[in-house]
Amino acid sequence: MTEVAQARAAVTPLAAPLSSAAPRGAEIIVRGLIRNGVDTIFGLPGGAVLHIYDELWRFRDEITHYLVRHEQGAVHAAEGYARATGKVGVALVTSGPGATNAVTGIATAYMDSIPLVVITGQVPTSTIGTDAFQEVDTFGMTLPIVKHSYLVKDVRMLDSVIDEAFRIAISGKPGPVVIDIPKDVTAAVCDWTKAVGGDEPSANSHQFVDHDRIGTVIEKLLAAERPVLYVGGGIVTADAADDLTHLVDILNVPVTPTLMGLGGFPSAHPACLGMLGMHGTYTANTAISECDLLLAIGVRFDDRVTGKIATFAPNAEIIHIDIDPSNIGKNKQPHFSVVADARTALRAIIECLSEKGEGVIAASIERREDWRRKIEGWKAAAPMNCEHSNDEIKPQALIEALHRVTGGDAIIVTDVGQHQMWAAQFYPFKYSRQWITSGGLGTMGFGLPAAIGAQLARPEAQVIAVVGDGGFQMTNQEIITAIQYGIPLKVVIMNNGYLGMVRQWQEMFYDRAYSEVDLSISPDFVKLAEAYGALGLRATRPADLEGVLREGLAHPGVTIFDIVVSKEENVFPIIPPGQDSLRMILK
Amino acid sequence: MVIGNTRHTISITVANEAGELSRIVGLFSARGYVVETISVGKTLEPKWSRATIVTRGDERTIEQIVKQCGRLARVREVKAVTSEPHIEREMALIDVSVTAGAERQDVMSLVDIFRAKVVDISHERMILELSGTRDKVDTFIEMLKPLKVNDVTRSGCVAINRLSPFDRSEEPNKSSEE
Repeated sequence: MTEVAQARAAVTPLAAPLSSAAPRGAEIIVRGLIRNGVDTIFGLPGGAVLHIYDELWRFRDEITHYLVRHEQGAVHAAEGYARATGKVGVALVTSGPGATNAVTGIATAYMDSIPLVVITGQVPTSTIGTDAFQEVDTFGMTLPIVKHSYLVKDVRMLDSVIDEAFRIAISGKPGPVVIDIPKDVTAAVCDWTKAVGGDEPSANSHQFVDHDRIGTVIEKLLAAERPVLYVGGGIVTADAADDLTHLVDILNVPVTPTLMGLGGFPSAHPACLGMLGMHGTYTANTAISECDLLLAIGVRFDDRVTGKIATFAPNAEIIHIDIDPSNIGKNKQPHFSVVADARTALRAIIECLSEKGEGVIAASIERREDWRRKIEGWKAAAPMNCEHSNDEIKPQALIEALHRVTGGDAIIVTDVGQHQMWAAQFYPFKYSRQWITSGGLGTMGFGLPAAIGAQLARPEAQVIAVVGDGGFQMTNQEIITAIQYGIPLKVVIMNNGYLGMVRQWQEMFYDRAYSEVDLSISPDFVKLAEAYGALGLRATRPADLEGVLREGLAHPGVTIFDIVVSKEENVFPIIPPGQDSLRMILK
Repeated sequence: MVIGNTRHTISITVANEAGELSRIVGLFSARGYVVETISVGKTLEPKWSRATIVTRGDERTIEQIVKQCGRLARVREVKAVTSEPHIEREMALIDVSVTAGAERQDVMSLVDIFRAKVVDISHERMILELSGTRDKVDTFIEMLKPLKVNDVTRSGCVAINRLSPFDRSEEPNKSSEE
């Protein structure tokens, strides 16, 4: 075969027949998406991506494009889709402001290791660098917040760039990949394709593990008297939740998940200590300070977890297992480490354990009897109870009510702030990917559009966005996206009339100077919902809460709940930033 | 030398593609690592470039730099060259004011001592070329300073690991001179 014929052969066995002998760039892009299993994308058209939208129109039976109202919403929706499934989420935006609006979403995905492919239009190659209309250096602008990126100047590279982008996004530690494509490249006709990269990317997966090192981990684990498993988003990403539960059932060691690890281990499991960190449980944080072995899996010793890093787990030998070698020793130097993804590591641990005699395991469990009793004591001393009131709805009580009416099965998607912490504390999660939140970047406005993506990815599931009145107003324009496509979005606004978490910090650390946090002048959220064609429901009294929730969740369309909660409730426990857990404030 | 903030040379083999160097430099600035010198060129295979970066940091920082650079999709290899026996060179082009006569003789004897080269000359000035270790280049420039040094352009370090397995760092660069 000639080179041209080979290239044709590579392009032709795709979903739809070619309209002409040689495809143009835009068609290669859309076929590339289809080839990589994409059937859902989120975006908003503009000048630089017109050719791509033209092809999307032709291929509309194979790919459903969801038109958002702001590009930030497109990327968050793609993230919600990716977080709910583990598949790569895809967003498409135009050049210039399209790309700048997408940046918040890309950074959010980068911080939480979410696989995304974001295609951005670019001005024609000949005008790059001339300050052309809607030109921005997307490649340069996104460099520090992508796992990888491309500026494709040659149409012949497109085909392989798309394939590689998907591979890089999902492999190893996932992350967002940006493909910036000048308009003329999407119009150019492609005679043949040419591979990029060629060598395997270095960011490969770690689906192998050093069994000697696993053996050492097991020895240390069996010998420990006061071990704790500290598990994070790596459990969710690697789909290792079942393996983790399996290990805990064998060894009966206590587990504390991070914010990103919620759902990776059942909250109701007797070995679960609850979340650790700044707003973690007394039990989890106390266990961390007293443990003699800390086995950290799929975590990065984030500052919101450790507080004062020097005194984190001061009495423990620390073992760190992570897929990303750069995470090991980045914030806290472990005594021992294994580079592996969480599932591979856990399975290797379980396998090696099965070679140990039952007696050895039983002896180890018995040796930890005191430790378990101590933990039960802490649980009893400082349980995560929520106060109830007859006059006003307590935010914690709202989450408990939501848990009751959903049977604990709903996928909860949140924004960032107090409501996020209360949802993390008071909604016991059962399964992996049930909890979708912006952990690393802490992006307000994430919840609503991410819930749209999650609902599309999991149409059978009840998906609920829990947001604050502040974050809601950052991306509420996407309600209309849900209406337009008949997505049964449910949004619970925990309305306290404040930028609540900031207010809490001002109350606790700034002498109650409530500087610019008052949101009491806000739109009427019920009327706003109605203006969008959604059902708007309000509850202000505890007696009405459950009825309102049930009514709104039963509604087949979009429901916006305006739940007015106590104004100045604080999230407890709290470890003041940069302090060690002994400084925990319980009430 | 300040303990915990020592000089290290990192050698990064990266795809010779547009934007890859900015990715590396961007990573250094984003994570607060120092770039003291950087020098880039093709390797034996033209599709791979090698960037040699001289940086500063304690052991943990250097380890992080190596790991962080290793995460980049187009980076094939990252080595902390200074952690093994290695050869390091820098080149400088130095513009000095020097008139004919005794002054020029002074310069020429320095050129001779340092095994530098005269690459350009006029009635009032000379351009000298020197390659060697960073210390050697520093010393040469220092020695020239009593005369008038108009300008200096330095290449930044390039480095390569030694062929011999044993560590000769006790006698730095002795056998590798010229």
